[in-house]
Amino acid sequence: MAIAAMKKIHICAMKKDRKAVLEYLQGLSVVEIETNLDETDFFKRMNTSTRRAHYEKRVQNTEHALEIINTYAPEDKSIFASLEGKRDIKEEKYDDVVTNRHKLNLLVSEVMNLNKEIEQCDSDIARYNISIEGLKPWINMDIPINTEGTKKTKVFLGTMPVGLDEAKIHELVTGRNKELESYHVQVIGVDKDATYVFAMCLNEDAALFEETLRAEGFVKIPFFSHRTPEGKIKKYEQDIRDLEKKKQDTIDKIVELSKNREIFEILADYYTIRKDKYVVLGSIIQSESTFIITGYIPAKEAGKVEEKLNKKFSLYVEIFDLEEDEEPPIKLENKKFFTVGEGVLSSFGLPGKGEMDPTAPMSLCYIILFGLMLSDAAYGLIVFLACFIILKKYPKMSTGFANSIRLFMYCGLSTLFWGVLFGGYFGDGIAVISRVFFGHEVTIKPIWFEPIKEPMRMLIISLAIGLAHLFFGLILAGYTLIKKKDFVGLVSDVISWMMLITGLLLMLIPTSLFASIAQVNITFPDSVKNLSYALAIIGAVIIFLMSGRANKNPVVRLALGLYDLYNITGWVSDLLSYSRLLALGLATGVIAQVINQMGSMLGASVGGVIVFIIVFIIGHIFNMAVNLLGAYVHTCRLQYVEFFGKFYEGGGRPFTPFTETTKYVDVEDGEE
Amino acid sequence: MTMGTVYALFGAAIAVILSGMGSAFGVGVAGQAASGVVTEDPSKFAKVLILQLLPGTQGIYGLLVAFIALSKVGLLSGQPAELSVATGLMVLASCLPIAVVGLVSGRHQGKTAVSAIGIVAKKPDQFGKAMLFPAMVETYAILALLVSILAVNNIPV
Repeated sequence: MAIAAMKKIHICAMKKDRKAVLEYLQGLSVVEIETNLDETDFFKRMNTSTRRAHYEKRVQNTEHALEIINTYAPEDKSIFASLEGKRDIKEEKYDDVVTNRHKLNLLVSEVMNLNKEIEQCDSDIARYNISIEGLKPWINMDIPINTEGTKKTKVFLGTMPVGLDEAKIHELVTGRNKELESYHVQVIGVDKDATYVFAMCLNEDAALFEETLRAEGFVKIPFFSHRTPEGKIKKYEQDIRDLEKKKQDTIDKIVELSKNREIFEILADYYTIRKDKYVVLGSIIQSESTFIITGYIPAKEAGKVEEKLNKKFSLYVEIFDLEEDEEPPIKLENKKFFTVGEGVLSSFGLPGKGEMDPTAPMSLCYIILFGLMLSDAAYGLIVFLACFIILKKYPKMSTGFANSIRLFMYCGLSTLFWGVLFGGYFGDGIAVISRVFFGHEVTIKPIWFEPIKEPMRMLIISLAIGLAHLFFGLILAGYTLIKKKDFVGLVSDVISWMMLITGLLLMLIPTSLFASIAQVNITFPDSVKNLSYALAIIGAVIIFLMSGRANKNPVVRLALGLYDLYNITGWVSDLLSYSRLLALGLATGVIAQVINQMGSMLGASVGGVIVFIIVFIIGHIFNMAVNLLGAYVHTCRLQYVEFFGKFYEGGGRPFTPFTETTKYVDVEDGEE
Repeated sequence: MTMGTVYALFGAAIAVILSGMGSAFGVGVAGQAASGVVTEDPSKFAKVLILQLLPGTQGIYGLLVAFIALSKVGLLSGQPAELSVATGLMVLASCLPIAVVGLVSGRHQGKTAVSAIGIVAKKPDQFGKAMLFPAMVETYAILALLVSILAVNNIPV
């Protein structure tokens, strides 16, 4: 339950060592380097954009090659593959790849070239297929496509507009030129786009005949070949077969190269690391022969890092304490059990300046409230087991994801606990199954009570839990103020409210309103009554007088105090918000009952059992999914709005150390 | 079968109908926005799906109240109670909060979910906050649900 203390680190070193120093820091992964230092006449930034672009290109190429390999030789992966995390790589292997990277890059280019060949084959095949389509209407013609004519005649092959036949063409031709007599026209084929025509005339009429035909929309055949159309199509088909074979051979080559997948992954990661280094290198300032790095470092690493750097390089390291008004990046440090809540916390916002890390108390409350909302023992057990199995099966998940799964595992346990207290096992599943299929009803008695039968009691309990949650928030606000030694604030902002709320509640309990809701009459002795008035009045007066203390003007100050007292309505709405604990708990139980009832409608026959099993499984999966979502969303809401509203604002910046960000592989023990 | 039972049945029907309409609208518009985001970036599927489902709860609340009402008047067990007109109208009245609020809040939660999906599209790391806005709308559906449940439950039959 803490935020790691930060120190400032300044490093000044020789320019010749700059890459080595940066690489070393990148390997250590404990320094967040500041990139916004101002340039001076003496210290300038270096332009590394070409080098950066070079490595970006390398990363892109390698990833492209990986993509190609994965297309043609996909890895066997289950649907849970994304949970498996990165591949483990031995350090020697990594070093080996890095040393031979120039040679290995040739493999990358080879894969890319092979892919280009495949693309070329594909486009050729597509082109030939189009040609075949174009030749098909000519298939009945048994002379070569480039037939020019005979000794005395000339031949024209081509298309004419749709809807013409030989007689019509004759008509058209004679209509234009009466003197044309010795010619012959034959329609080879017809389709929806054109009429395919063979025409022949005497050599001396050739020019005139062609002109006439053109005027009627004749277009010459767009193919050249000494083969007949049928022969040409056969030739194309043979070419396509050859291309397909070539393509398959190329694919085989890529599949063969896919044994290098691991090497490619290492290369991609290696180049990413190099690229990151150049990004940082471009952002630090350098003089003729030195360079300066400033940044943040967790306090407990500072000494070690200073020592190591001094031992390894000749440079100057200085560690500073932070200045008063400085806002360092936030690194959360929690016991393993509580890290589960870090994801939920960071999606709201990390602690801002001077705030405590609320992960631990929030995680606890989260688990308890989540269980209350789902509150079905069987669902809880299923969630717990599912998360447990995932965690055991995929130990290398990313930390953030593993934390969420662990959070839901604990939530499952908590659901199981509340479910047993309230007697929910698939709703009334056990009672229904035993009654309908075994003849006598077996029920597991709830250890506490059944909320469906006593909703008012559950409402009171929900509100009581809400009150405890809100007071807990207030106590944490007090804790923060005590740590800041702001005792005036403690009395006027925290204790005053506790007094007021406690007083008001004590006044409410003996009233008939409360009695009708809770269905019990509670009467307090006079001493408690007087105490309640005293608490409420003193609390209210403190708020009235102190709440606006930041303002010097006494009138404004009192007006602000009065306005703050109005926040009592905020407390009421905050408290009522916890009625969702009842509503969501009931929702789970009642929908489960509906499912059981629907399933058991056909009674104890064979068909009835089958229907029951189907309805039971589908229905409860649906109910569990919907209510898991509801519990997740509304637990978050209760934490973010009601609980954090009392003491926490967030707004901190996460600590992002300069590190080796890899996508595919984890190098075992390869840090130094 | 008495007129009272008819009113009670009408109450249960209207609870399911109106709140279901609200949710259907809400989930519908949110689904359109979510599909748009997924076309651009399929990796956001899980996040936008959660946001899309948020307005779906009103329909479930309506179902819940209807179920309690139906079982209260014995329509589920096959032995309907002899309800007076007054009792029937009481059941009808207690179904109204979740029916009407379910309709309105479902629509508005849907619209808020659309905007929240817009947040996730641009800043996926702000998912926690994005989820909060539609969840705020839901509060009123929960309050209505609460009143409906308490009322139905406490009607003497």
